[in-house]
Amino acid sequence: MNNQIGPNWRTIVRFGLIGGVVALYLSVIGMVEAFSARNLIGTFITLAQILIFGGPFVAGYLTAREFKDKPRTTIILCGLAAGAMASIFQVMLILIAHAVDLRFMFVSISPGLMEILTFGQGQYLGSLILAALSAVMGAIGAGYFLLPGTISRTLTSAVVVTLGVGLFSENVNQILSSNWLSLIGGRSVARLLIQQKSLNPIVALVLFLAVGGLTYWRATRAKAQVESDDESPATGRQKRFRTVMLIIAIGALLGLPWIVGRFLSQVLFMVGLYIMMGLGLNIVVGYAGLLDLGYVAFFAFGAYTMGVITSASPLGLTNLNFWIALPICAIVGVLTGFVLGVPVLRMRGDYLAIVTLGFGEIIRILALSDWLAPFIGGAQGILHIPYPSIAGFQFKTPEWMYYLVIIGSLLAGFLTIRLRESRLGRQWMAMREDEDVAEAMGINLVQTKLLAFAIGAAFSALAGGIFAARLGTIFPHTFNLLWSINALSLIIVGGMGSIPGVMVGALILVGLPELLREFQEYRLLMYGILLVVMMLVKPEGFVPAARRQQELRAHAKESAVGTAAD
Amino acid sequence: MAMLELNDVHAYYGNIHALKGISIDVSEGEIVTLIGANGAGKTTTLKTISGLLRPRQGEVSFEGEELTEFPAHEIVYKGIAMVPEGRGIFSKLTVVENLEMGAYSRSDKDGISSDLDRVFTLFPRLQERRRQVAGTLSGGEQQMLATARALMARPRLLLMDEPSMGLAPVLVESVFETIQEIKDEGTTILLVEQNAHMALQVADRGYVLQTGEIVLKDSAQGLRDNAEVQKAYLGMQ
Ligand SMILES: Nc1ncnc2c1ncn2[C@@H]1O[C@H](COP(=O)(O)OP(=O)(O)O)[C@@H](O)[C@H]1O
Ligand SMILES: [Mg+2]
Repeated sequence: MNNQIGPNWRTIVRFGLIGGVVALYLSVIGMVEAFSARNLIGTFITLAQILIFGGPFVAGYLTAREFKDKPRTTIILCGLAAGAMASIFQVMLILIAHAVDLRFMFVSISPGLMEILTFGQGQYLGSLILAALSAVMGAIGAGYFLLPGTISRTLTSAVVVTLGVGLFSENVNQILSSNWLSLIGGRSVARLLIQQKSLNPIVALVLFLAVGGLTYWRATRAKAQVESDDESPATGRQKRFRTVMLIIAIGALLGLPWIVGRFLSQVLFMVGLYIMMGLGLNIVVGYAGLLDLGYVAFFAFGAYTMGVITSASPLGLTNLNFWIALPICAIVGVLTGFVLGVPVLRMRGDYLAIVTLGFGEIIRILALSDWLAPFIGGAQGILHIPYPSIAGFQFKTPEWMYYLVIIGSLLAGFLTIRLRESRLGRQWMAMREDEDVAEAMGINLVQTKLLAFAIGAAFSALAGGIFAARLGTIFPHTFNLLWSINALSLIIVGGMGSIPGVMVGALILVGLPELLREFQEYRLLMYGILLVVMMLVKPEGFVPAARRQQELRAHAKESAVGTAAD
Repeated sequence: MAMLELNDVHAYYGNIHALKGISIDVSEGEIVTLIGANGAGKTTTLKTISGLLRPRQGEVSFEGEELTEFPAHEIVYKGIAMVPEGRGIFSKLTVVENLEMGAYSRSDKDGISSDLDRVFTLFPRLQERRRQVAGTLSGGEQQMLATARALMARPRLLLMDEPSMGLAPVLVESVFETIQEIKDEGTTILLVEQNAHMALQVADRGYVLQTGEIVLKDSAQGLRDNAEVQKAYLGMQ
């Protein structure tokens, strides 16, 4: 018995300290304070509190998982202990910061942070409250682990949706009080829902119950259906239902910019742009397995091509309009894909990644150079790139440009699907899995690789062309490494090789940070955390491609061998 | 005239002299086995035939045509297919998709579909699992798949790299039964093995490879009776 207690305590201390270090880190780098201004529900639940208490909660949960065979009360008590443990660093921080001025080293340890950590109650009482609440959060974390699956899932979705709506209440407010929605009473609805830039607590409660109830109902119903095990009768109705849903989805997609307003349209524009890039990079990395870290180069080529062709400034070579220039951007993309692909043909894995990384930088530095300045403007960039226009109507606003990227993304998605099903798609996948064997099957690796680079580059260059026309001006500095990182991260987060994954990844990695201004400073940190957590918890991404493959398999039943030879 | 002829072939990995002038010939309709210990250069020999590695010196000719001038991806069009070492299946594709990749070099739809039936008769297990992702197959099934995939190219010469590696004894038996069946259907086989015991039972002739050199060549019976071979490769005293 005795020698059992030893390791038990060690586990609690270990998880407690991990949670504590995370919480301390978030405080010290200033995230807690920066996020405290974002109220989620009323004025009493802020984003900062989630950061403070997230650590203890996770510590409690992990501890409970370690002790899952023990009696319930023991588990809860262990969670409590781990939660309390997790607050220890923050309490130490409070006490030390009170005695010594740490700000000469850690600028973020401000009186404001202390105020938040101690709930305005002074260092002693405040520390006590923090420790007590952390312990409670630890216990809740442990209790959460103990809940049966259906209930914990119900609670999770209710909490996530409620906090999510709270997080974006400012945007909800914007939408409701914009243009025509305010005519039909949007503004008063907004006043009812949202107070102090956050969710009205009563509304939050209603939302929580509604979402929770709905999830629970669906979960139990799904279970009942599985048990009764009849699936045949609803197929016709399901088909009609699906058509209706598709029409609604298309309608929503088309109407979106006029519902969400200018700011969110701009965000959606960026998301769409990244979907195009993500789909292109997905071909290179996800299908062909070539890790390209210099993908921004092709985006830059597209943007500069658009600039040089259409600009009204002296740098502009022609008077061609956007619609003619855009396909030229794609062609330039294909060509640069070939040209940059040739030198890296013999490289694999890490070497390829490093060399392409270098390419991306070289292109940016070339764009910046004096040598090319007479043609592409050097550091001054290219100005006066005209908006796209049809019969005199100019696509000036993000609402209209949104349609352009929607068309671009749909086109890219369509091409991606077609390519994946094609002989070329098979070549890519075979090559990704084993280059030698693929070659022995008769696949020309040079051609297969170059086509992947070229097609991926074309998507990116198209996005670049649209981007240039949207901004009207382009500078070399714009085309930094971050584009490549974003595009790659969104594929990883969404699910390598998965088309819906690219969309989800773009929404999460590009859309969310735009909405949460406080995040901007910590964007890369959040990326890092997200990627690490994804690798640990869900390495196949949010929308893995495997499920899609299963669908394909079912579909392939009919056309068993038919596709073999074409 | 032999179907496949290697004449004084030297191959290198950087500075490592992996093949030190080996000469091998395989005639139509034969099973020829190449036995040797780990690291002797067996895989390297197959790589030089299939074009994945270019010999620095010497000739490789197939049906009178010099192969070393062709890139690896064109060798399969000459009628040579390979069952790679460690099976080398496409683990994320399904069984059928793997087989379709095997027929990549062909464009006769009808022929492909009848060959698909043929390999399914040879390996009924694969037919049962045709929709399964190949990575989830058992070791023995993966070996069947690798062999079936090579057959889908309808080769005249089949190169097999240690097909019995890592398999349970019962499965090893069936692998060699399959090899015999493939031969009976008229395919010539160059079989690389460490399991000399089984290889010499199924083969017509054999070569013994030692650190990049051929040290013995004889009929299978002759090698089985050879005292050196018995001691070094058949585990007899
Ligand atoms: N890719 C490689 N790079 C360097 N040396 C290699 C490589 N592949 C094989 N070798 C070396 O070449 C020799 C022959 O290897 P191999 O043909 O694989 O042997 P076997 O297939 O008979 O076990 C060994 O000494 C091995 O270490
Ligand atoms: Mg080997």
